[in-house]
Amino acid sequence: MAVDMLILALLGLPLLASALVLVLRDRPNLRDGQALLIGLMTAACAIKLYGTDDGATLKLLSLAAGLDISFTPEPLGKLFALVAGVLWPVATLYTIGYMRGAGEKNHTRFMFFYAIAIHAAMGIALSGNLLTLFVFYEILTFSTYPLVTHKGTAEAVQAGRVYLGILVASSVILLLFGIIGVWVLTGTLDFKSGGILAGHIDPFYVPFLLGLFAFGIGKAALMPLHRWLPVAMVAPTPVSALLHAVAVVKAGVFTILKVAIYVFGIDFLRETGSSDWLVWVASFSILAASIVAMTKTNLKARLAYSTISQLGYIVLGAALATSLAASGAAMHIAAHAAGKITLFFCAGAIYVAHHLTDIKDMNGLGRVMPVTYTAFAFGALSIIGVPPLAGAWSKIMLMGGALDNGHLLVLAVLMISSLLNLVYLGEIVLRGFFAKPSGKMGHGLKSNVVQEAPLAMLLPLCLTALMSLALFFAVDMFILDFGG
Amino acid sequence: MMQHLPVLQVLLPLLGAPCAALLRGRDMAWGLALLLTGAAFLISAVLFGLQYNAGEALIYDLGGWPAPLGIVYVIDAASALVLPVVSGIAFVATIAARRLVEAEIDARDHALFYAAWLLTIAGMLGQVTTGDAFNIFVFLEISSLSAYALVAMGAGRDRRALPAAFNYLILGTVGATFYVIGIGLLYMLTGTLNLTDLAERLAEVESTRASFTALAFIALGLFLKMALFPLHFWLVPAYAHAPSAVSALMAATATKVSVYVLIRLMFGVFGVEFNGLADAIGLLILTLGITGAFAGTLAAILETDLKKLFAQSSIAQLGYMAIGIGAMSMTGLAAAFIHLFNHALMKGALFLAIGAIAAQAGRVSMQSIEGAGRQIPVTMTAILVGGLALIGVPLTAGFISKVYLVRALLEQNFWLLAGLTFISSALALAYVWKIIEAAWLKERPENAPALIETPVHYVPAWLMVFATIGFGIFAGPLVDAAYAAAAVFIGGPS
Repeated sequence: MAVDMLILALLGLPLLASALVLVLRDRPNLRDGQALLIGLMTAACAIKLYGTDDGATLKLLSLAAGLDISFTPEPLGKLFALVAGVLWPVATLYTIGYMRGAGEKNHTRFMFFYAIAIHAAMGIALSGNLLTLFVFYEILTFSTYPLVTHKGTAEAVQAGRVYLGILVASSVILLLFGIIGVWVLTGTLDFKSGGILAGHIDPFYVPFLLGLFAFGIGKAALMPLHRWLPVAMVAPTPVSALLHAVAVVKAGVFTILKVAIYVFGIDFLRETGSSDWLVWVASFSILAASIVAMTKTNLKARLAYSTISQLGYIVLGAALATSLAASGAAMHIAAHAAGKITLFFCAGAIYVAHHLTDIKDMNGLGRVMPVTYTAFAFGALSIIGVPPLAGAWSKIMLMGGALDNGHLLVLAVLMISSLLNLVYLGEIVLRGFFAKPSGKMGHGLKSNVVQEAPLAMLLPLCLTALMSLALFFAVDMFILDFGG
Repeated sequence: MMQHLPVLQVLLPLLGAPCAALLRGRDMAWGLALLLTGAAFLISAVLFGLQYNAGEALIYDLGGWPAPLGIVYVIDAASALVLPVVSGIAFVATIAARRLVEAEIDARDHALFYAAWLLTIAGMLGQVTTGDAFNIFVFLEISSLSAYALVAMGAGRDRRALPAAFNYLILGTVGATFYVIGIGLLYMLTGTLNLTDLAERLAEVESTRASFTALAFIALGLFLKMALFPLHFWLVPAYAHAPSAVSALMAATATKVSVYVLIRLMFGVFGVEFNGLADAIGLLILTLGITGAFAGTLAAILETDLKKLFAQSSIAQLGYMAIGIGAMSMTGLAAAFIHLFNHALMKGALFLAIGAIAAQAGRVSMQSIEGAGRQIPVTMTAILVGGLALIGVPLTAGFISKVYLVRALLEQNFWLLAGLTFISSALALAYVWKIIEAAWLKERPENAPALIETPVHYVPAWLMVFATIGFGIFAGPLVDAAYAAAAVFIGGPS
């Protein structure tokens, strides 16, 4: 019963927030204040849910026989709900600072869809079957479209087209195909630990079915379906931070992981060797995106490609199909979320405080924005995988999984990728602290006067930087056991 | 009284038509049409309930003459499902018609318009109810002839309605003639026109060339009437240039009735086991269905006139229904019935919403709806939801249709065809999104006429939108009814 209430609260609170945003549209302080308050309540519920036992199922309604909307919290889903729930209020505080600082228009519409997107992410996290997952997956796509096109410029409209085109087309062509395929093959859509497919399908066809899911879940930005993510960077930075570094992309990789564990079953995947091809596709995605990231000098674009690369780690964890690798992937959902949201928060802070977007213009900026740059360094080091920051654990676990499975080449991929991360993220930090101011920075700013972004933005990015640190020590909480 | 409902269903609008023609004065004819379509909707709802409770077909002997001698009306699970679609859409379209007809048709012709309106509805209801092959032809002609006249009435503001109606007439007549030739052959072979008797006696002459020829004629005639690709060329101009109310009524119902008649004859008379049916005709229908789905969708993407765009989309949607039929299975037929029902709701909503704009702005093109999202948000939202349903977005009726259609294909191991179906339905995103971008992401040009909306404009469309969402969320009863309807024709526990 208590679990049921928590599920309803996690789904309902964001909806309530979006409704109140509309009601209070003429009173900005009240509108934003309630969103923050409800965000904190959501975070509390997500934390509470994380501590509960599994096994409860909440059936909301039935579309038709066998097509239910139901919710079953399990360790992985609770982890994703926790990540989205805790980061939402932090990001809301940041959004308030950003939207006012950067002078963006249409705050109400923005806050409304922002909350709807969190509602959809919660639905995905707690979904008890493939249908429920698909429904909320699509809600997430459509609710983030107005956020991507928020600026209303020709560029934003074009970005919206690519965004919607790739995400909707991949999901309704491939993902839905896979889902109905599973339904016809097994007669059920429910997630079960150990998977539902074993014994219902000729192992020869499993790689193809897995392909429908791996490429149907466009939100996981697996190459070559990654184009939507960089173009979506045209959205205001809070969208990039919470949605395109956390909620949306994590919903994608979470779905892949969930399908691998609860539909295919990692034992079934490993025994049939069906996911070996995905190991290589994910490895390619990791390396290729890192290399592209190095060529980008626009800060948000570089972070976007870094995200694509990091998402590859999580897909890799699913594809390696061992318990350790899957736990590493789950851990990376949390670790990368905390790290990458910090980096995006910093990018937004730099934009609001100094209107800079290009890395080449940011020489010496670290001395002007010491707090922002320290936080950036924390996030960057976590993503590179340096202890004592969260990213170190997930990489170690992924490497362990690769060893278990005998994929020695994957070890090399992970190491090279860490080096590449070091180059393209380290460059930003080094330029900030040690390079001489030049370009736009040279004029206008005195390099010895501290000019930080507003406090409402500074506070969240410090918080998330500390989270990266805290996660390293709280790793016990995040090691999940998926059997196998 | 209750036992006469099957005949009253058809008789009320049929007899109402001449009365409407005689009525003069503002709104009198409209009032009569509204009353009679309302009654027809009520009757079909009651019939659905009666049939559901009885669990078997309700047979009505016309004039008290039993089956072999007289004509029977049959209310089984299939006709009980299709009747409320036709009469319900007719009722809602009649509500909207008052305003649309006032705006688009000369006041002198109103009485005649409603007479033809009631006739075409009576004809459609008759085709669904009757259990006699020739009687189907009679009702087919009643509904078609009055539909030609209705389309031609668009000439008042758009002269292109005349060639459109003429084309429609020629091709419609060819279709009806093919059908009646097929029926003639069957009568020659078996000596009966009663559908049940036909089915029984046809088994004895199954392997004759004449029976196969009859099937070919009947199928071809009905392909034309249901606008199955590539026999769809009459449909787009007819829907686009007809008065808006007529577009809405016909887009949502006319072709659906032909789909129903096709199912009734193919499966109810010839049967799935009929010699060569599954192999030859089934494969043909699948091929034409998927080709039509692509052709219609691609044509819709290129189209800038909204009525034409959604008419092209209808070609695609009829393709999906054909795919359900061509799967030759229980789930396939159920999917065809589900989509028949759902598509009527979606297209009803879309054409009613577009009609509300057309009544003010004349031609509704991408240009004339630029920035309309802010001026008439309620109407445009109806178009948005209708469009999303066409794509098959979850929580709309279109999603349910797609799930069952693909399920039917996968059960038969048509994996490639299922993939193609997904691709063509995803392409619908392109034409729906053109509309969204024009309406919401563009500013309204300074010189564009101001559009207005009041509840009178958008309530009819929104009735359909609510139904589209409602049947997308609570689809259980519809799915059950569709399976029951399919069971009438294919094995199963009928």
